[in-house]
Amino acid sequence: MKKSKKWYDYLWIWSILYFTLGFFNILFAWLGMIDFLLPLLLALFGGDKFFCNHLCGRGQLFTVLPRALKCSRGKPAPAWLSSKWFRYGFLLFFLTMFANIVHQTYLVYAGASSLREVVKLFWTFRVPWGWAYTAGTTADWVAQFSFGFYSLMLTSTLIGLIVMALYRPRTWCSFCPMGSMTQLICKAKHRGEQPE
Amino acid sequence: MASKFYAQVARTRCVSCGACTHECPRDAIRVWKGCFALVDPLRCIGCGKCKKACPADCIDMKLREADA
Ligand code: SF4
Ligand code: SF4
Ligand code: SF4
Repeated sequence: MKKSKKWYDYLWIWSILYFTLGFFNILFAWLGMIDFLLPLLLALFGGDKFFCNHLCGRGQLFTVLPRALKCSRGKPAPAWLSSKWFRYGFLLFFLTMFANIVHQTYLVYAGASSLREVVKLFWTFRVPWGWAYTAGTTADWVAQFSFGFYSLMLTSTLIGLIVMALYRPRTWCSFCPMGSMTQLICKAKHRGEQPE
Repeated sequence: MASKFYAQVARTRCVSCGACTHECPRDAIRVWKGCFALVDPLRCIGCGKCKKACPADCIDMKLREADA
């Protein structure tokens, strides 16, 4: 039975577009805030994981790529990757790194630090990315946040691609911080309820 | 196409990602209120496609009681 496709089944294209746009102009990184806020809003007010289940371009990308390119071994991932301590530990780490980006942005805003035109991969490797920003286009702090947020988005997607290749296509989803956060919200909202 | 098997989700390990729901040829599995995946054993034909897609490896194929 072939399922009919909806417009949001093509959001994997958005994922690719996002990184392409940010490659040429880092300010597009701000658009990634949609992927950050929408899942939380839908979980908070809709009480479900509609974002993960239907709207997440990244999750779709990890499904579409292995189908087209046969680039996933399809093996079960080690159980610890989806264990509670790892999921929540990674969530905490991720939020700390996000707080760090906000802090860096504030330092630039306050004039205590200067703009760094680099993308930091895996929280370690600094890749010069100066071509994607012309100094003076916006306030420096706006650009600083872009570089930081793009780094976070790119790093998490690269990790996702690595585990996609090594294990099952959507292995990233088993410890994705957004997925963990939205599930926590849903579980809190529906505490005590049982499926009919 | 009846099968001796049906899918069962270990709810405490499910991350409610929905990967399984997109694979099911019978729409027999859905994510319940963002918390965990839920199988309708009457619709499930035990094909195992959901199990193969599950990143948390929390789906098991169970033998139907009538056949066990
Ligand atoms: S778990 Fe993360 S990557 Fe997977 S669908 Fe949800 S938000 Fe997207
Ligand atoms: S075993 Fe097959 S029919 Fe049953 S829920 Fe999984 S994918 Fe659907
Ligand atoms: S694929 Fe696995 S972890 Fe994801 S919703 Fe289905 S049963 Fe849960």
